[in-house]
Amino acid sequence: MTRKTRRLWIVIACLACISSAAALTLRAFSSNIVFFMAPSQVKAHPPAPDRTIRLGGMVVAGSLHRITEHDAPVNSFNVTDGQASVEVHYTGILPDLFREGQSVVALGTVQKDGGFTASEVLAKHDETYMPKEVAEELKRTGKWDPRFGKAPDAASWDTMTAKKTGG
Amino acid sequence: MRPTPNLLHRYANPGQFLRLARALQPWLSTGAIIFLTVGIVWGLFFAPADWQQGETVRIMYVHVPMAWLASSCYLGLAVCGLLSLVWRHPLADLAAIEIGPVGACAAALCLITGSLWGQPMWGTWWVWDARLTSVLVLFFLYLGHIALIRAFDEPARGQRAAAILALAGAIDLPIIKFSVQWWNTLHQPDSITLTGAPTMSMTMLWPLLITTIGFTLGVAAVIFARLSAAIHESRARQLMARSRLNRPDRSAA
Repeated sequence: MTRKTRRLWIVIACLACISSAAALTLRAFSSNIVFFMAPSQVKAHPPAPDRTIRLGGMVVAGSLHRITEHDAPVNSFNVTDGQASVEVHYTGILPDLFREGQSVVALGTVQKDGGFTASEVLAKHDETYMPKEVAEELKRTGKWDPRFGKAPDAASWDTMTAKKTGG
Repeated sequence: MRPTPNLLHRYANPGQFLRLARALQPWLSTGAIIFLTVGIVWGLFFAPADWQQGETVRIMYVHVPMAWLASSCYLGLAVCGLLSLVWRHPLADLAAIEIGPVGACAAALCLITGSLWGQPMWGTWWVWDARLTSVLVLFFLYLGHIALIRAFDEPARGQRAAAILALAGAIDLPIIKFSVQWWNTLHQPDSITLTGAPTMSMTMLWPLLITTIGFTLGVAAVIFARLSAAIHESRARQLMARSRLNRPDRSAA
């Protein structure tokens, strides 16, 4: 074995050790690396009432209620992952991207009645990048309502919008 | 001159590399200028606004290329580290010295543009989610590499330490890439994947691809120029040292 091959094997062995160490560490901490919990996880394993968690999911269409109390907007809405839904209460101004059907992440605590009191609400953008005109056309023709879930596949936008303008 | 043994060591000869760099340089720079002009003008003025993000989506035309370059420059550092540790490739250490700061700038710009996008879109400048944190770690790895490779009086020792750091830090690259799939993060998943159709309108994807190619060519041109300059500098230093040896003690005489 030449010195070069020996050095190569030493480097490969070290890299294998480091990567397995990293993989095991990440696996062990994966519940802490997760940025938010889904409503079904919160329902299945309710965290302690004083523990601050992040709750993530989609805002249920038609569930948003805003009232003004002592000059501060009080919002309540339901967040769902398709399996369970949790009612969130939040006092303050919601981010610009907040809307029904949007994914959001709320930081707060679970109350005794199963509701969730948030101290901070973040809007989560998804991986869909759709031009304004396409979105308006899809909404106008009733092919997609952003309040009820994700946008259709990008590959289908051309045909979905062209059919209407052509016909 | 000895015949060059194989592809790996053909450009180990600095003279060979300089000839290659001189031939490539005008193509890289011209390509970068053309692609960047077309891509930036298309992206900033002609590409459509996103239906939710509005005009803010245009930050993507800088953010995504910077993220790509920060990762690929680090991959370059890791390859240099491997070449230097195993094959004692003479150019690998010089290349590592020159790639480091370029990659660090890309990582910093990626973090800054991402933060500028996050404030209006998410409602926060920064969160400690897996994607953002792993890119921040990459930025610190760059800073560590830059400092370490220059930290010793005897350059070879610093270069060896930095090569080990670059190789060990390469573990961060798959973590960055797959963080959005392995864990739920605030950062959105990839819109462009090898397996599936892109979830992005082609009217936005084209300018994004063109700016990415443009920035990549530009960074390649910068790295080639830096590396050529470094080779010239070390040659000049050798010549000066030799001339000092050939004319000893003139001041003493």
